[in-house]
Amino acid sequence: MRNAVIVRKGNVLAPVPAVVFALMIGPILLGLFGTLLPAFGYHPALGATQWSLAAWWALFADPSFATALRITLVTGLGATLMALTIAIGAVAALHNSRAFVYLKLWLAPTLAFPFASFAVGFAFLAAPSGLIARILSPWLTGWQLPPDLLILGDPNGVALLVALTLKECLFLILMLVAAEGQSQGDAALRSAQTMGYVPTRAWLVVMLPQLYPQIRLPVYAVLAASLASVDIAIVLGPAAPPPLAPLTLDWYGQFNAGDQMKAAAASVLQVFLSIGVVALWWLGEHTVGYLFCGIISSGRRHGVIDQAIGWIGVIGAGAALVTATSAILVLLLWSLASSWTWPDALPQAISLSTWRESGATLAPLVGNTVVVAVATSVIATGAAVLVLEAGIGHPQRRQIGILYIPLLLPQISFLFGLQLLWNWLLLDGTLSAVIFTHFLFVLPYVLLVLSEPYRALDPRIAITARALGAGQIRTLMAVKLPLLMRPLAVAAAVGFAVSVGQYLPTVFAGAGRISTLATEAVALASGADRRLAGVVALTLTALPFAALLAALIAPGDRAGDRSASE
Amino acid sequence: MIDMTTLLTPTRRQALIGLSLAPLVLSACGQPTGAEIAANAPWDDVLSKARGQDVNWAAWAGDAKINAYIGWVSSEVRLRFGIALTHVKTNDTANTMHQLLVDKLSGRTDGGRTDLIWINGENFTAALDAGLLWGPFAQHLPHWSMVDTKGNPSILTDFTVPNNGYESPWGMAQLTFFYDSANGVSPPRTIAAFSEWAASHPGRFTYPAPPDFAGITFVKQALYAFITDRSILSKPVVKADFPRTTAALWAYFDALHPNLWRGGRAFPPDYPTLRQMLEDRETDIAFSFNPAEASTAVTSGLLPATTRAYILDGGTIQNTHFVAIPFNAAAKAAALVVANFLLSPEAQARKADPRLWGDPTVLDLHALAPVDRARFTDLPNTAQLPDAAALAHALAEPHPSWHVHLVEAWRARYAT
Repeated sequence: MRNAVIVRKGNVLAPVPAVVFALMIGPILLGLFGTLLPAFGYHPALGATQWSLAAWWALFADPSFATALRITLVTGLGATLMALTIAIGAVAALHNSRAFVYLKLWLAPTLAFPFASFAVGFAFLAAPSGLIARILSPWLTGWQLPPDLLILGDPNGVALLVALTLKECLFLILMLVAAEGQSQGDAALRSAQTMGYVPTRAWLVVMLPQLYPQIRLPVYAVLAASLASVDIAIVLGPAAPPPLAPLTLDWYGQFNAGDQMKAAAASVLQVFLSIGVVALWWLGEHTVGYLFCGIISSGRRHGVIDQAIGWIGVIGAGAALVTATSAILVLLLWSLASSWTWPDALPQAISLSTWRESGATLAPLVGNTVVVAVATSVIATGAAVLVLEAGIGHPQRRQIGILYIPLLLPQISFLFGLQLLWNWLLLDGTLSAVIFTHFLFVLPYVLLVLSEPYRALDPRIAITARALGAGQIRTLMAVKLPLLMRPLAVAAAVGFAVSVGQYLPTVFAGAGRISTLATEAVALASGADRRLAGVVALTLTALPFAALLAALIAPGDRAGDRSASE
Repeated sequence: MIDMTTLLTPTRRQALIGLSLAPLVLSACGQPTGAEIAANAPWDDVLSKARGQDVNWAAWAGDAKINAYIGWVSSEVRLRFGIALTHVKTNDTANTMHQLLVDKLSGRTDGGRTDLIWINGENFTAALDAGLLWGPFAQHLPHWSMVDTKGNPSILTDFTVPNNGYESPWGMAQLTFFYDSANGVSPPRTIAAFSEWAASHPGRFTYPAPPDFAGITFVKQALYAFITDRSILSKPVVKADFPRTTAALWAYFDALHPNLWRGGRAFPPDYPTLRQMLEDRETDIAFSFNPAEASTAVTSGLLPATTRAYILDGGTIQNTHFVAIPFNAAAKAAALVVANFLLSPEAQARKADPRLWGDPTVLDLHALAPVDRARFTDLPNTAQLPDAAALAHALAEPHPSWHVHLVEAWRARYAT
């Protein structure tokens, strides 16, 4: 208690969260406002100045609306539920096995794989004319032509659900692993096992209740992202009708007042949808938690359901890793192919010509991408440190929770309005606007990575430094940050990766004038040339991968050892 | 200690605010200011004003060969006119239109971010109606005299709407079908024949889901086959008559869909995907708005040399695409120079080269000097180009309101 008082008194950074909060929430609120106006009939540039609910009636009466809503809900909720089950099952079943060590090694690189590239790779694996069918045809299947099977783009969005599940479960496994590293559960887990609980059930009973609160926010982020996914949905989802987010973009693309306002209403609706579904999930959590209590205290040492969850996890995580890895390999093959037709399982000829020819085009894109990502991740990491430092002694950290809002809102709901703000400030189409807009999406992830290591830092070290006369800033710079070198590097690398993958924010803030690898990848993803798409997607993957690798091998262990030995 | 704190607080705060705002403030300084020019200014004045200006050209970038062509234009106008041309790569013209609308809302009447837009059809009509375009300028361009305004009505009326010089023609497009002749395909030559062909070859043909422009063009093409009085297509849709005039069209699609790829339960997103599906042998027939699509795909190794292209009997839908200058363009003089360069025989011939892009020219070859005419007549006639005589069978784009109504009606039937 006294420690907390000492630390609080000298907290020179107390106003920081409020400032960061204002910088972040201000633009988002203005952006939402800019979307709200046309949703209620006010769109002066298109000659609409009458307040009305017409856009809403048009939206609800639209023939595609009900189906699009159903697909959105089923794929969003379904993918999150599946991804979470797989993540929990995999960690529960494998947590003390050798396979888990390899799994963890593979996680980071596959996470660097952007959604758009993953979708293109997945499509070419699973399509009836894709790699798997080619390997098996015609010698096994007898298919002289690709079979007319509805695997991708099915009207119910099953392919989309599967792809989202496979991509998101890897992220959730990583989040569970990170949370587990911070918990003190090993002893309890061992006692449970000595008491006869089989390992999977022991983990589910002892660890999961401790860890779930820590991965709750990432789960909500996955939920919101799955509901609003655009790039994966365009490649793998149904087209007639598509889910709500791509349908909204279709309407924004039809340039008449009616469709524009319908698009605005649909954007606003998606905000409520996102909030509503997260609330529903929260209710679900509590129901499951309530039921779970009975199971935990039942004293049973093993059960069929535990084993089933374990198997789902092992199979699902395995499938996710194999898919992600094969998708990268497929893109590599395409980038090297000069000709590759059905039913050959490998390209007929290999050449570096696509790489050579696209070199000149790629160079400025790589330049823009790196400049934006480095600036964003450095600013976000700095802001995250200041926010966390200011948050000392505020265990509720409600303010920090607000900083996660950008992850829970559908991007299209405020990006159109935000574009208006940048335009007013004469900043649209500048690197600054792109960097600032990326910052809104990067900061939450950086905070997510950094907050646990930051809190886990032994408070006595800082207190000792303060007692020896160092101010808060000096303690931070000279003592804490050196100890946190490794997590800081990882947080910056994650921030870098998130920035590299941003598509819609780059398009809107950049006003189409700032091209990055992500905008190029989506522009090419439609299939103009898979060889070129392969080159861009691989470059897009290589950048965050290199950043994460650099963060992981960077020197920093000694600082960690010192904290352990002190 | 406490004194230190109070001293430090504002400094830190300022530093933080400064950190976030510095790049914003810095970049706000170098705004370009538009040097105004009259659309009918003497051409020498236009050229001298254009020198040193930056042109931002918003153009759809979904096709590598088009991007390469724009790259060539960029290096040429730098060499010849001292203009720095940037290709603003868009995947949807609507994004550019949004930005112009926002400019209009926020009162930015000059110093705009975009100087030239690739545009046509319903986007042009909407932009003109919303007052987003500058002009009229097209008829004042020196190369206008070579444009085929008589032989090609779609140059003066874009989707039946008179464009009054607010956009300058850039190239032509015509719906063209293609297939691999090595696969023993004998493709249907009329819209009605597609139904029979699909019935005997289930799952081997499809079209992109509207509102994709290639998809809705296929629907318009089919509409031509089922409408008795074609004159109504050049006028705005009469809502009361629409169900009656399109009943046969929907009956046709109702019968066609079960025999399409995936039984009509899934649709590809756009026309480049159609080409890719042909490459993967998922389908037997693809189509494009570019008559040379098959030719360029063969040149770049995406399709086999046995690919052949054709136009439907009775003609297919043809339109012209244009460049327009936004009302608040910062570099109007340089935009005029670029628009004029795009109309030069050299630029048009390069665009028409079936190995590079293969887009038909908007120039009247008879109006050209012999040396310039030779640039076109010397172009290779590859085996993958449709028959030149067949290309002459062109159908006009219906009025833009047909586009809107057909998209709506299609979605109400097939996207529920």
